[in-house]
Amino acid sequence: MYIIVVGGGKVGYYLTKTLVNEGHEVLLIERDPAKVEVYAERFGSVVLAGDGAEAAVLAAAGAARADVVIAVTGEDEDNLVVCQVAKNKFHVGRTIARVNNPKNEQLFRVLGVDVTVSQTNFILNLIEQAIPERNFIHLLSLRHADLSIVEASIDEHSPIANQTLDEIELPVDCVIAAIARGVDVIVPRGSTRIEPGDEVIAITHRTEEDELRRLLVDE
Amino acid sequence: MNVIIMGCGRVGARVASLLDQNGHNVTVIDNNAAAFKRLSPDFAGDAIIGTGIDEDVLRSAGIEDAHAFVAVTNGDNRNIMAAQVARTVFNVPQVICRIYDPVREDTYRRLGLSTVCPTTTVSALILDQVISAADSFRP
Repeated sequence: MYIIVVGGGKVGYYLTKTLVNEGHEVLLIERDPAKVEVYAERFGSVVLAGDGAEAAVLAAAGAARADVVIAVTGEDEDNLVVCQVAKNKFHVGRTIARVNNPKNEQLFRVLGVDVTVSQTNFILNLIEQAIPERNFIHLLSLRHADLSIVEASIDEHSPIANQTLDEIELPVDCVIAAIARGVDVIVPRGSTRIEPGDEVIAITHRTEEDELRRLLVDE
Repeated sequence: MNVIIMGCGRVGARVASLLDQNGHNVTVIDNNAAAFKRLSPDFAGDAIIGTGIDEDVLRSAGIEDAHAFVAVTNGDNRNIMAAQVARTVFNVPQVICRIYDPVREDTYRRLGLSTVCPTTTVSALILDQVISAADSFRP
């Protein structure tokens, strides 16, 4: 796979290093000639000096045959433009942007970036999962379908405790996908009864997440 | 007309001051307060400190009621991003974006942005004058 990484900060550096070690063809584009010199000594000729948002630089990098372009500079506007130019001018199949302001994740996707990575949101999610007293945890967003995977810890106060799935009126776009009970994982059927102590994994449309939270854990 | 101008450099300040003189309701955004000194002394519009690529800053500048948005900071990418936020998120009817790099300008014009490229415009003006001067030297 041919991968172009734009932005030689810490993220870009370790990304390039790892991808090279995995045997991919990688090119790192960095604006600062001093950094380029240092990186070229370490990685060999996989570093190009220049502004990755400039079409001429992307053309020199062979963007037209790149499978992936990853923009990881410290500036959101630069990452956005790198991905948009790669996509619209060079028809790169997959563009990935680092998002510094977490609010820009949604925006970048609307503006055509295939994948966004927000360190802030990622860490917030980890914190959410690490807090034990939370009974309802957002595990994952399936972006293109607008679906979320959530986990709920059921106790005796839960509105659905001791009900069978047939008795539970889930929101329309929700499904209970699995129940973890002790060491067992149960694939639920209509007759499966939810017990206190169960961990329920559900898939839900993002807009119904709150409704599902109230139903499962009454929070 | 309500106009928001992002970037209070020479061009931004001049456009803001002229629109203000013509009775329009102008708000200028710049992340450096010192830049507002470039506005004409009788400028009656608003001046907001902040970055125009932040939706909250744009909201506080009144973008939800803006009729036009002008992105003229000296960063092409910042102008491009702000212009797309104005157009896509806030549906501002008239969005104008300055892009120095001709190739990027071409890319975003094709994507439907109203763009101005000083590099090609100024080059053309200079070439015109050089060529007409050269013509007069011809025997």
